[in-house]
Amino acid sequence: MTDQTHPEKQEFNITVYTENQIGLLNRIAMIFSRRKINIESLNTSPSEIEGIHRFNIVIHVTEEVVSKIAKQIEKQIEVLKVYFNTNDDVIWQEMALYKVPTEVIAEKAKVERLLRENGARVVAIRTDYTVFETTGHREETDALIRVLQPYGLIEFVRSARVAIIKDSDGFNRKLREFERAEPGHEVVENEFLDSREKVFTM
Amino acid sequence: MLTQEKQAPASPETGTQLSGSQALLHALVVEGTDTIFGYPGGAIMPIYDALYDFEGDLKHILVRHEQGGIHAGQGYARSSGKVGVVFATSGPGATNLVTGLADAQIDSTPLVCITGQVFAHLLGTDAFQEADVIGITTPVTKWNYQITDATEIPEVLAKAFHIARSGRPGPVLIDITKNAQLQKFDFQGYTPCDHIRSYRPKPIVRKEYIRAAAELINKAKKPFVLWGQGVMLGSAEAEFKAFLEKTGIPAAWTIMGAGALPTDHPQNVGMLGMHGNYGPNVMTNECDVLIAIGMRFDDRVTGRLDKYAKQAKVIHLDIDPAEIDKNVKTTVPVWGDCKETLPLLTQLVETKKHTDWLAQFREFEQKEIDAVIREELFPASGEMTMGEVIQQLNELTKGEAIIVTDVGQHQMVACRYAKLNHTRSNITSGGLGTMGFALPAAIGAKFGAPDRTVVAVIGDGGVQMTIQELGTIMQSGIDVKILILNNQFLGMVRQWQELFHERRYSFVDITSPDYVQVAKGYGIAGRSINQREDLTNALKEMLSNPGSFLLEVMVTKENNVFPMVPQGCSVSEIRLK
Repeated sequence: MTDQTHPEKQEFNITVYTENQIGLLNRIAMIFSRRKINIESLNTSPSEIEGIHRFNIVIHVTEEVVSKIAKQIEKQIEVLKVYFNTNDDVIWQEMALYKVPTEVIAEKAKVERLLRENGARVVAIRTDYTVFETTGHREETDALIRVLQPYGLIEFVRSARVAIIKDSDGFNRKLREFERAEPGHEVVENEFLDSREKVFTM
Repeated sequence: MLTQEKQAPASPETGTQLSGSQALLHALVVEGTDTIFGYPGGAIMPIYDALYDFEGDLKHILVRHEQGGIHAGQGYARSSGKVGVVFATSGPGATNLVTGLADAQIDSTPLVCITGQVFAHLLGTDAFQEADVIGITTPVTKWNYQITDATEIPEVLAKAFHIARSGRPGPVLIDITKNAQLQKFDFQGYTPCDHIRSYRPKPIVRKEYIRAAAELINKAKKPFVLWGQGVMLGSAEAEFKAFLEKTGIPAAWTIMGAGALPTDHPQNVGMLGMHGNYGPNVMTNECDVLIAIGMRFDDRVTGRLDKYAKQAKVIHLDIDPAEIDKNVKTTVPVWGDCKETLPLLTQLVETKKHTDWLAQFREFEQKEIDAVIREELFPASGEMTMGEVIQQLNELTKGEAIIVTDVGQHQMVACRYAKLNHTRSNITSGGLGTMGFALPAAIGAKFGAPDRTVVAVIGDGGVQMTIQELGTIMQSGIDVKILILNNQFLGMVRQWQELFHERRYSFVDITSPDYVQVAKGYGIAGRSINQREDLTNALKEMLSNPGSFLLEVMVTKENNVFPMVPQGCSVSEIRLK
């Protein structure tokens, strides 16, 4: 397909507030997979309210598609609210870790300058390797890869995106009202799962 | 077990020690369940053991296959308006429910399916008859949940029924591990659920949209109503009729909406879609305001979307916000239960009679009668047609029967021509198009509406997919009339091969057994006819037989269902031949 067919495709940040429920991740992921939409980034974490979780999902689609997807997600029983925003509507960050041989980096690089220029910091120094961390947009975390590559970059990992909607005060208040009215339940875990030997079965 | 006395279940009080199975069955009784369709097995045995003591309250129908069980549950739900309840065991029992779940999901049928599961400590170990039922059924359920601890049962069951029946209804599956079925706990009573924090079954009705919709309707010169099953799911038949009669607008139906307004109502202009009536399809592209009520603009109804009703302003009334703008862009969305929104709209619309506009539909109807219908319903000569069988059935049932159809040519013919005086009289697999649906669904429909005549109209292909359910009829003694329209082909596929694949009839020639002998083997009376002069008497014999009856009618082999909107065409390009 050409860009002409989808002229207005762009990155959208979907924010989903949910109950803490086993299997819900699967239910939400299927909404994308059945439409053959690739999830660029997915992060789930507790929200500011205990018992309510927050998903941050990034996809590259048209506004029409993301709006339909958002409605389908909001249809799920345990989903409280779904928002979708363009990159301009959110403040977002990704974190990256870089592992480089200590010997090489100490000998050859002007480490101090490298850190300052890339807004990075050292999180671990061992005799065999050093781990740097940087946080920022994709191009910023990518930039440090290019810088470190000549120094024998051993390993690199980047987190999913976390995003804060610039204008999201409304739902925070609503969430607190929800929680005051009906505190969430704890998720039931399979207490029998690890008691294999103790249980007699037919 | 058989020699033991059955004990009536004690009415449990708070603090009574109950097993998970007993708590489950009490929940079903409180929720008003009277009939369960199911099939036992190892992992659901504690529930079946407890069921032995619930004979007075819960009738269990032993089906012959879990697919039959869930289709029966669907038929029950569709004819009664209640929640269908289905039991199956773990592994293969549960996976056999998947087709019915998908069918119920797409046709918004309220079901609560209970599946047994292996002991919790065996989960994820590939234990005997273990399958990840929650994973498998997630895409085809409105909600599902696995219970591993009996104390969860009352609350989860209450949620399950609330979710299945409220808002846009749908199937719910509850998977219960065997230890949870056996586990005893202090029963704290059963409270039905009417609220879940994160679940909004009905959107808030926005009055400004009602006003905007009324304004559009009042200004319209050629308004046109399309209605679907939502009218029935919302029990809004009376409200719908009141709206129509005040506005005088012509109205056409999707096959899932058939019956919500009687066939003979003067404003009922017929069926929409691929094999719908000529007028409503053509006029969709003529109207100035299109009012869609409880329907979802399925591709079988709209044909090519880029050529669908482009000239019209669209008002869409639906309970599911995700349906608005999904396929057709709406001018005015009316979110809400049509039982609430229709009366609000009716208050604001002007009383009108769109006589000339309605007459245009009738002109097209006459054109269709001349080109297709007369020959289909009253063929001058030759072999019998499916249409004339339905026509004769109409004469005898006078529109009072529940017609359950399978999938294929006979389905389109039956839906087009069946006369329906009452709501919940047309039960068919609309969205999924599941062959094998009708026989078990008819069994369920009869349990759901025992006082009505239930006629299953089935093709020779579909009946062979779930023919084992004749055994369910035999054992339960239910009275279902089975009308097989045998054209010795998988007729709809053959029609497409004829029209679009240069008559290359690839594997559509299907041989049938001697159905009358098969029925006889199950203790069911039957008859097969191939002469027109026998038709009326054979139908009379079927309808007047005190119990179930199987009638096979040999119909012409290569008849096509017309009109037809070929795939990829606009609805106004509907072909009469």
